[in-house]
Amino acid sequence: MTARRRAPGRVAVHLLLWGYGVVALLPLVVMVLNSLRPTSEIFTTPLGLPASPTLNSYARVWTEASFSSYLTNSLVVTCGAVLLGTAVSALAAYPLARYDFAGSRVLGAYFLAGLMLPIRLGLVPIFYLMDSMGLIDSLLGLTLLYAASGVPFCVFVLSAFYRSLPGELDEAARIDGAGEFRIFGQIMLPLVRPALASVMLFQFVPLWHEFLYPLVLLRSDEKFTIPRGLSQFFGEYTTDWSALFAGLVLATAPLFVLFVLATKQIIAELTAGMSK
Amino acid sequence: MVQAGELNTPRRSAAPRWRVLAVFLLPALLLYSVFIVYPLVTALEYSFFEWRGIRQAGFAGLGNYRDLFGVYPYDQQLWRAFGHNALFFAGTMLIQNTVGLLFALLLFRYGRGKRFLQAAFTTPYLVDPLVIGYLWSLLLNPTFGPVNSLLEAAGLDSWALPWLGDTRTALPVVIVVNAWQWVGFPMLLFSAALAGIPAEYHEAARVDGASAWQSFRRVTLPLLTPAIGVVSVLTFIGNFNAFGLVYAMAGSTGSPAGSTDVLGLLFYRVAFVEGGTEAIGRSSALAVLMFVFIFGVSLLAGSYFRRRERRLL
Repeated sequence: MTARRRAPGRVAVHLLLWGYGVVALLPLVVMVLNSLRPTSEIFTTPLGLPASPTLNSYARVWTEASFSSYLTNSLVVTCGAVLLGTAVSALAAYPLARYDFAGSRVLGAYFLAGLMLPIRLGLVPIFYLMDSMGLIDSLLGLTLLYAASGVPFCVFVLSAFYRSLPGELDEAARIDGAGEFRIFGQIMLPLVRPALASVMLFQFVPLWHEFLYPLVLLRSDEKFTIPRGLSQFFGEYTTDWSALFAGLVLATAPLFVLFVLATKQIIAELTAGMSK
Repeated sequence: MVQAGELNTPRRSAAPRWRVLAVFLLPALLLYSVFIVYPLVTALEYSFFEWRGIRQAGFAGLGNYRDLFGVYPYDQQLWRAFGHNALFFAGTMLIQNTVGLLFALLLFRYGRGKRFLQAAFTTPYLVDPLVIGYLWSLLLNPTFGPVNSLLEAAGLDSWALPWLGDTRTALPVVIVVNAWQWVGFPMLLFSAALAGIPAEYHEAARVDGASAWQSFRRVTLPLLTPAIGVVSVLTFIGNFNAFGLVYAMAGSTGSPAGSTDVLGLLFYRVAFVEGGTEAIGRSSALAVLMFVFIFGVSLLAGSYFRRRERRLL
């Protein structure tokens, strides 16, 4: 269709698409540029290239506004939750996918139901549950909650992968006298590695961004994750715009790094799995 | 939706002993039951009890639900927030999803730069909605924001408004910013769906003398029904659960003057900010209502789109 369109129409299409490309990226570019300019410069010319780029506000945000501890907390909670959630799900999905035992169907449905339930519905009870366990303002509490929230999705995806593995594999190992744990650890788990990598990435992003739970469950500044810390920071640094922009960049950068690394890693894992 | 028995179809070997099974199953079962299932079931229970602070004061039946519709200020705030969510959804469908479809169509046979443009359009959705909200609240600042300085530089002084400070513009601005963040998502889904439509269909339409518009209206659009269904349902769920973006742009009260208040913010306020002694019961009732509404509408919409699809085949 495009090929047959008259010239003015084609120009309009180019203009529209590239124009919107600018609209999509410019705000993010402004975010980075303004983080490199002192606040006084931003206030006189809100839009412009840095006259002399400086990382001063990053230093300020990193130490004074404790973004270093926000980043550490976010990494600990998110990585901990992703590893724990994936580990327990990898264990549970295995017998659910490959064995028939009393209650296996009911149990499978029980896990799957979680895919359709919004965990925010339980926010108030979770608050009092955490309170009764002494897990308010605790990174451990947040980690356990986050890990649990990933279980239905992980069990669902991983059992599909376990199911696709040929039955001869564990039959042969069992005849050779291998126990269940050995079959699981040395045969099954390595074979579902590509799936493990992708369920981990899929859990990571929403947990990294989660804001409502830290808002309700965390109290003290040194426990804050990045989103919770950011909301605190925007209340305190209202006039230091250079620092505000730097804070936004610091909150965004880790995920972009992860994406660049992870997409390569996942493609490698998936293709490695295929050649087997 | 997922079928219940799907997890365990092929039966291979006799099951291992119970003790072995327990090692595999218990950790996940425990974690999931304690932190997900128990709170959800409890939320339902809480909503039917009367509360004095953190103590239950007897069965309330539907009392908490009635309070939400009859007690000041909830009777006003609930409908206002619901209306804002409905506008949020309608505006997003109108802006984000039509623009997404337009971009998918224009990019479908686009030559050089297609990859780059697709990546550019989808970049904003990698960023945390909270970050997006704070970023735009800076960009839209009436005195020091680049948006108004751009408008003034272009001679559009009368357009340089206090966008987030005016009750008339605040909600539309939130909707547009949200659409700006997510437009890449419908674009990618529609692109994938367009790639799946055989080229012969359009050839045949052209041979029959159909114009480009007729070919789009009668061939492309009906075949996009499944993609439109998925996009609509996901937009609905996302909009009615909105929290971070609105919180960052308008605070927990949906300022100015509640003009951007949505159900997510209202729920947070009833539960943890201004709920008073009845907070637990009323906020739980609100959570249950929101869940029933969102889940119910999603199911209905899902079955509606499936019926439309079947009629096509």
